[in-house]
Amino acid sequence: MIKVTFIEHNGTVHTVDGEPGQTLMETAVKHAVPGIVAECGGACSCATCHVYVDDMWKEKTGGPSEMEEDMLDFAFDVRASSRLSCQIRLKPELDGLVVRIPEFQN
Amino acid sequence: MVLDMFVGTGAGGEPAEIQTDALIIGAGPVGLFAVFELGLVDIKAHVIDILEKPGGQCAELYPEKPIYDIPAHPTITGQALTDRLLEQARPFEPTFHFGQRVESLRKTDDGFEVETDLGTRFRAKVVVIAAGGGSFTPKRPPLAGIEAYEGASVFYAVRKIDAFRDRAVVIAGGGDSALDWTLNLQPVAKSVTLIHRRDEFRAAPDSVNKLRELLAVGSIRFIQGQLTKLNGDGGALRSVTIRGPVGGVELEYDVEAERLLPFFGLTMKLGPIANWGLNLDENQIAVDTARFETSEPGIFAIGDINIYPGKLKLILSGFHEAALMAQAAQKIVFPGKRSVFQYTTSSSSLQRKLGVI
Ligand SMILES: Cc1cc2nc3c(=O)[nH]c(=O)nc-3n(C[C@H](O)[C@H](O)[C@H](O)COP(=O)(O)OP(=O)(O)OC[C@H]3O[C@@H](n4cnc5c(N)ncnc54)[C@H](O)[C@@H]3O)c2cc1C
Ligand code: FES
Repeated sequence: MIKVTFIEHNGTVHTVDGEPGQTLMETAVKHAVPGIVAECGGACSCATCHVYVDDMWKEKTGGPSEMEEDMLDFAFDVRASSRLSCQIRLKPELDGLVVRIPEFQN
Repeated sequence: MVLDMFVGTGAGGEPAEIQTDALIIGAGPVGLFAVFELGLVDIKAHVIDILEKPGGQCAELYPEKPIYDIPAHPTITGQALTDRLLEQARPFEPTFHFGQRVESLRKTDDGFEVETDLGTRFRAKVVVIAAGGGSFTPKRPPLAGIEAYEGASVFYAVRKIDAFRDRAVVIAGGGDSALDWTLNLQPVAKSVTLIHRRDEFRAAPDSVNKLRELLAVGSIRFIQGQLTKLNGDGGALRSVTIRGPVGGVELEYDVEAERLLPFFGLTMKLGPIANWGLNLDENQIAVDTARFETSEPGIFAIGDINIYPGKLKLILSGFHEAALMAQAAQKIVFPGKRSVFQYTTSSSSLQRKLGVI
């Protein structure tokens, strides 16, 4: 099991169990974490699974691919820490991962 | 994405009223296969879609992604499936009307009257709603109070160039729509400012080159940043607030804007279908499973848009629904005609229709 923490815009914290190979978006949806809409079901074609990766985790998650960077253009309030959670695949090194959910999913 | 390309006024040279046996609303995979199934029973179809291209979700949302559950195609991409369906429908010569949204559907004495937002009118004996998750509609950025400006100062498509003439225009986004309109409005507007979160554009290389040329000579302005606020009153926009890097620091500042065109992609919305007097069940049209007909005889609903006990929103379910719908539609379009069950493998009549003999 890989523990991941989602922090909502209003501060509510959700720490849930993910599985290796699952995406961060799938983990959020499975545990009904509010604020991850994932309209396209993980196809990297909607930008409604936007999260901010906490600074200390950026190295381990890596940055967005070119396709993801393009799709981030459709997100709102994009920052240097922005990622699409359907493009982050869980692996043992990500145990303890903390991400924040933006106020709006565009 | 060419959804918002200028489509001309009115119906762009189309006849005032188009007569057809069947009118299909939605050119997604299920609408396309309906052309084929209707064709086999001699029913000609016109197809309308708000997108500028066929394929619905498959072409708009996941053209490059492989689908693994299309029978006999262990793997096929969304775009390849669309191309194959078009090829299969070709013998029946469907007429496509792209870039138009069906607004109204009305019963008449001898069928139905349908009208699009561009004013194209159709008279059809049967109507097939294959509208999937609804119309692909531009996304509204979550800016406070934006609704009040829509239609007056904020637009998601350019329908009338004159609305932008001699105005301070701000365009937000970095794709083809944003760049096309930056280039097309530049000669007409008082000023054009393009706002995008990065100095990179996922648009046709030709447009990017033209943009860079105009930037170099100062005909347009580019600001790296993101919209945070709209300023104005009574629907009249005065300026937009932008947050972005200025000389290495993040700042918030206002930029004059009488018109704003935000281009942040598309999402699916049920749209006018809700007003057509059909029985709906949570945004889906209720149908029977023998004919896939709605509460209104002669109006069918197939694919993702319909609902019945056991419904699975899969492409293959939509294909099955199209086949049964066509059988039922035949009885309305050709009353009294005896229908004979035939296989495409062995029926010379079907093969003649398909143009293979
Ligand atoms: C990322 C993703 C992956 C998927 N993977 C699979 C898979 O592996 N297997 C599978 O079987 N299914 C899959 N699906 C689902 C599949 O794409 C849908 O079941 C299918 O597209 C439904 O087809 P449709 O023709 O009913 O509707 P759609 O594809 O939604 O097309 C409907 C069309 O109608 C148009 N329209 C609607 N209302 C109007 C109007 N008023 N006027 C004009 N035009 C209108 C819309 O613009 C749209 O183009 C996937 C979906 C997504 C998003
Ligand atoms: S779920 Fe649509 S981009 Fe991630």
